[in-house]
Amino acid sequence: MEAYLDNSATTRCSGRAVELMVRILSEDYGNPSSLHSMGARAEAYIKEAKKKIARTLKASEKEIVFTSGGTESNNLAIFGSAEAKKRAGNHIVTTAVEHASVAQPMQRLEELGYRVTYLPVDASGTVLRDALEDALDEETILVSMMHVNNEIGTIEPVEAAAELIHKKAPHALFHVDAIQSYGKLPVYPKKAGIDLLSVSGHKIHGPKGVGFLYIRDKAGIKPVLYGGGQQKGMRSGTENVPAIAALGEAAAECFEGLFANAEAMYGLREYFIREALKIPGVTVNGKMGREAAPHIVSVSAEGVRSEVLLHSLEEEGIYVSAGSACSSNKPSVSRTLAAIGLKKELLDATVRFSFCRDTTKEEIEYALARLAEIIPFRRKFTRK
Amino acid sequence: MYKSFLIKYGEIAIKGKNRYLFEEALVRQIRYALAGADGTFEVRRLQGRIYVDAKDYDYDEVLEALSHVFGIVGICPVVLTEDAGFDALVRDVTAYVDQAYPDKNRTFKVHARRARKNYPMDSMELNAALGEKLLEAFPKLRVDVHHPDILLCVEIREKINIYSVEIPGPGGMPVGTNGRAMLLLSGGIDSPVAGYMIAKRGVAIDAVYFHAPPYTSERAKQKVVDLARIVSRYAGPIRLHIVNFTEIQLQIYEKCPHAELTIIMRRYMMKIAEHFAKEDHCLGLVTGESIGQVASQTMQSLAATNAVCTLPVYRPLIGFDKKEIIDISEKIDAYETSILPFEDCCTIFVAKHPVTKPNLRVIERSEQRLGEAIDALVKTAVETAETVCVEAGEG
Repeated sequence: MEAYLDNSATTRCSGRAVELMVRILSEDYGNPSSLHSMGARAEAYIKEAKKKIARTLKASEKEIVFTSGGTESNNLAIFGSAEAKKRAGNHIVTTAVEHASVAQPMQRLEELGYRVTYLPVDASGTVLRDALEDALDEETILVSMMHVNNEIGTIEPVEAAAELIHKKAPHALFHVDAIQSYGKLPVYPKKAGIDLLSVSGHKIHGPKGVGFLYIRDKAGIKPVLYGGGQQKGMRSGTENVPAIAALGEAAAECFEGLFANAEAMYGLREYFIREALKIPGVTVNGKMGREAAPHIVSVSAEGVRSEVLLHSLEEEGIYVSAGSACSSNKPSVSRTLAAIGLKKELLDATVRFSFCRDTTKEEIEYALARLAEIIPFRRKFTRK
Repeated sequence: MYKSFLIKYGEIAIKGKNRYLFEEALVRQIRYALAGADGTFEVRRLQGRIYVDAKDYDYDEVLEALSHVFGIVGICPVVLTEDAGFDALVRDVTAYVDQAYPDKNRTFKVHARRARKNYPMDSMELNAALGEKLLEAFPKLRVDVHHPDILLCVEIREKINIYSVEIPGPGGMPVGTNGRAMLLLSGGIDSPVAGYMIAKRGVAIDAVYFHAPPYTSERAKQKVVDLARIVSRYAGPIRLHIVNFTEIQLQIYEKCPHAELTIIMRRYMMKIAEHFAKEDHCLGLVTGESIGQVASQTMQSLAATNAVCTLPVYRPLIGFDKKEIIDISEKIDAYETSILPFEDCCTIFVAKHPVTKPNLRVIERSEQRLGEAIDALVKTAVETAETVCVEAGEG
């Protein structure tokens, strides 16, 4: 049996998205900027994708800008805001648990002279309201906070944060990295007071190499890429039409079953956690119930190195991540796990299981059964 | 301007009656090295010389490829012309100098050799006559017989060879002329260098790699395949045996004193490597060990691991410092791959305080605790080993 439980790393592309993509690649391959009918047909696909996505966010079509994926969306949001707002102040607020595609741009902005405050989190990974309140001031031009933590699944209180930000820092734009939440949980940026929102295609059963940034009308950020002036100058470069169309389709498909899928995944998550905790020496990080995303479970197994656990599961056809998949090539300590104050022995003994709408109870039961065998066995063999 | 390369080889020219074997091996290795380069190449032996005739090729790429062939001492891009009398020769030599040296403000010396003794002028006469004609053609040129910028070689053979550049080759002996050896290849820095060194002396290589899933990953294995491919640029095709060592390692872990784990593990690796060595008709084992580098490489530890082998164990890096090994690793382009951070199976259970002066009798006594079970595990490891043939061209 196989169980792909690494859906927060990437998901399988949906059949509807693939079909659309192939058709555009082989038949409607025009350049959307071309004046002839081939171009017009290509442009229509982009419009259609925008319409589908705008509907999922209760936003306007003109507020969607397509990018090459989550990393570019985050970079555009951060550098684009910093540049646009540089006269209003030079203070930026973010959190200690952001993904590298937020944390690294922040580090770059510090090198460029911006003052960046990193908000601490509690043991569940939740940003503290008081810390945010204290950090905000008249100089603050940007706050960047993730919606769902990619490593432990904790949902950050973005709506409460938005209220506070707009009250205390009138010049600040509020950016939310929704890469792990979009398509799993409802998020309506306008209602929530979010100015910028990043999404990646391949986390929601779309293709890799595409994503979008929601930019609230009149938010006024600056582009990062300059060139042919596509997408109203916000993101130059010929649009990746097949991927954009497929992303639109994948997004629509996700939202068709949003609440039912979330319910089903919450059921699996609760079952998984309950059973996993029965294995001696196992703990689960982050939050339980509805304060966490439905699809991410972070499991620590004392005395079993995460890489060994990962490869042991792999031998059984179960695919998971050690810490965060994006940083799995570097044996570095996860910032999130360090920030929640995880015991030192557990930092390198933690794996992430992540589900999707296609994950079945059988797969979860299979993974749990193997986990219950592997953990006590591997624990016997440790470096002395 | 060059359609041919003259390959110079040193050491192998003195091997008496075996000479043709060495030349054949060198020709074979040159063909292997050029297989991945753009262009069409003909490698031929003629009167005790090797020529590479090249068409539609990239000069730098060919030199790079040839620089990997052991046995080559020098590579001379050469112009070959028919003998059509002295006036024609003057024309060819003048044209050569004109094209090869756009800036004529240099010193030169003509070095003529008459391999074909029926040529009407002898080499002294040729030197003088060609020198004079060149001075006439290019007034900026000056003669310097002691330290010329350009040493213009003109050899009268079946065809006339004109060349003035010699790019040094890697030296050594052509792979395949000195038997075959089994390399214990890990993902580290040392063992690929050891393979390179032994291949330099003309030894063909097979290799064995021990992996320990789930403690080591698929990527660690891929890294070793990549390293074998790097070594095969010099050593020719390598048969790589990939042995699953996990069960043996766990058995040793459970039964033997922890401080002796690495030594006992290495002894089993040697045993298994020797098994494959004999199967592949290898004449010895090769390791990347150097005295004192780690606990398992002290004189006592080397003696303890050596004791299980009946074949000779060659350790070409035995007297090298780490820095010297790294220099060679960088030279052969293996370093970047070697330092990729994937765990290899020698380090996963390594003790904090391993024995550094193992006593062979003590080690052998510890091994008795492994009982007969270990023989079955070794048998399984050998039988389930995966063998891949790695060549420079692929991947």
